Amino acid sequence: MWLVFAAIAGPAFRSADGTAAVLNAAAPLGILAVTVALLMIAGEFDLSVGSVIGFAGMAMMLLVSHFGWPLWPAVGATLVISAGIGLANGWLVVRTRLPSFIVTLGSLFVFRGLTVALSRGLTGRTQIGELEEAAGYEAARVVFAADLGPFRISVLWWLAVAAVGAWILSRTRAGNWIQATGGSAKAAREAGVPVERVKVGLFVTTALAAGLVAVIQAVRFTGADALRGELQEFRAIAAAVIGGTLLTGGYGSALGAALGALVFGLVQQGIVITGVDADWFQVFLGVVLLAAALFNDRVRRRGLASA
Amino acid sequence: MSASGSGARPVLEAAEVSKRFGGVAALDGVSIALRSGEVVCLLGDNGAGKSTLVRILTGVHPPDEGTVRLDGAPVVFGSPRDAAARGVAAVHQDLALLPLMSVWRNFWLGAEPTVGRGLLRRIDVRRARREAGAALAGQGIAIDDVRRPVAGLSGGERQAVAIARALHRGARVLVLDEPTAALGVRQAAVVLEQIERAKTGGAAVLLVTHQPRHAWPVGDRFVALRRGRIELDRAKGEVTEAELLDRMAGRRIESEG
Repeated sequence: MWLVFAAIAGPAFRSADGTAAVLNAAAPLGILAVTVALLMIAGEFDLSVGSVIGFAGMAMMLLVSHFGWPLWPAVGATLVISAGIGLANGWLVVRTRLPSFIVTLGSLFVFRGLTVALSRGLTGRTQIGELEEAAGYEAARVVFAADLGPFRISVLWWLAVAAVGAWILSRTRAGNWIQATGGSAKAAREAGVPVERVKVGLFVTTALAAGLVAVIQAVRFTGADALRGELQEFRAIAAAVIGGTLLTGGYGSALGAALGALVFGLVQQGIVITGVDADWFQVFLGVVLLAAALFNDRVRRRGLASA
Repeated sequence: MSASGSGARPVLEAAEVSKRFGGVAALDGVSIALRSGEVVCLLGDNGAGKSTLVRILTGVHPPDEGTVRLDGAPVVFGSPRDAAARGVAAVHQDLALLPLMSVWRNFWLGAEPTVGRGLLRRIDVRRARREAGAALAGQGIAIDDVRRPVAGLSGGERQAVAIARALHRGARVLVLDEPTAALGVRQAAVVLEQIERAKTGGAAVLLVTHQPRHAWPVGDRFVALRRGRIELDRAKGEVTEAELLDRMAGRRIESEG
């Protein structure tokens, strides 16, 4: 599979600029995909992360431009709001025992709608700009939107999130519990794993990642758009699956998800650079996703059958 | 008919326990005693009350009447985890293992040894692997690499992992519910060997099975249930394998007491 990418995206890597373009494009999705993969390994989905990006970005902009907050407190509040949404998602899933697919599909609509309604109601617009006027913008730009040569600092955030995610999954008790929760919640519970806490914690984590992406993008583009983050929930799931995470839970990889996001960047930039019509981007991704899912399922069946 | 065989005080016993579900008596005045270093085999057809008795002994539900005693003192287990914390571990048919996770991760699940503090607190992976391997070797199962997923183990090896895990967590009473049911002859022999070792190590074992051929070689005492009542309760010297087989085949024999 990588050979195919190399053939398509090869030109993208002939220069540092090309490589940077690929990584820059993949970074926000990579941050999301790592946390979404952890949640999927625990057997749950979060379809609200895209909406949370839009909502969190807009919340930060409203705090700054409409309520006159300095930027840093607004960043803090944005992350707290995101975590709160994750807490609500997790609590609803654990309490109602409804599939997280449905619960977070509900949040997807709720928060996209709220984003548009609040921004239009308070400011009359769905796009708010001029974040660069805010107090503290220069410092925030260094942390969230600096350029390191051709590379955006978001690439570092992506690497950091991937490294921490991989470490948690393979080296901590929480990681063991995440795998067990998705493998069999009943067996995990019997062994003493706090299954509900694991799930709620992961919903908070995915929402926090969405909040971080929202802050990064708002600072870079000096503004928020109510539609930002659309479809990112599905791209994050796709990246996780391409990276080897099972849709059925119980097995997966944080680093794989980070690489899955890289595939998105590769294909996107590769097609741009080779001049292939961008419409084919989605077609190709869809096929890759199906192939990856089939492959994962094969591996899982072989694993379970080799008794 | 007495529930007590040898002289030693039972670790875990049920005295005259009854349980009704709706109007149906699942258990009716049943007594059973488990002693350290002894294997009690609980026999009976489906619906005879075996599972109900196991659930009462392992804290799934309390009896309607009668008492459960741990080390001679009356006890009410709040849950299976409560029972496990007090040394009474149920090793279930499905084994409660995660097939996609490695042997050592399964072995330690929920009780992982850690190093470091705060945000850097992490599993002591080398120690966890080493001790899991050693504990399994102690159960007579040599797994070449504890990083292998449980899915790759034989049925007998999985049972060994589950038993070793329970013993490692301080279980003094092992309740094994049909551990040989889904296994072939060779794998069943592996499991019986596990039971023998656990017993030698001082555990009190309750082996629930409907196969007298599996119970006979390892059992010190045989208790058979029929329609919620005790039909037979004999030490090994007081009953023959043929008798057990006959009972399980559903034929009643005249020597019944």
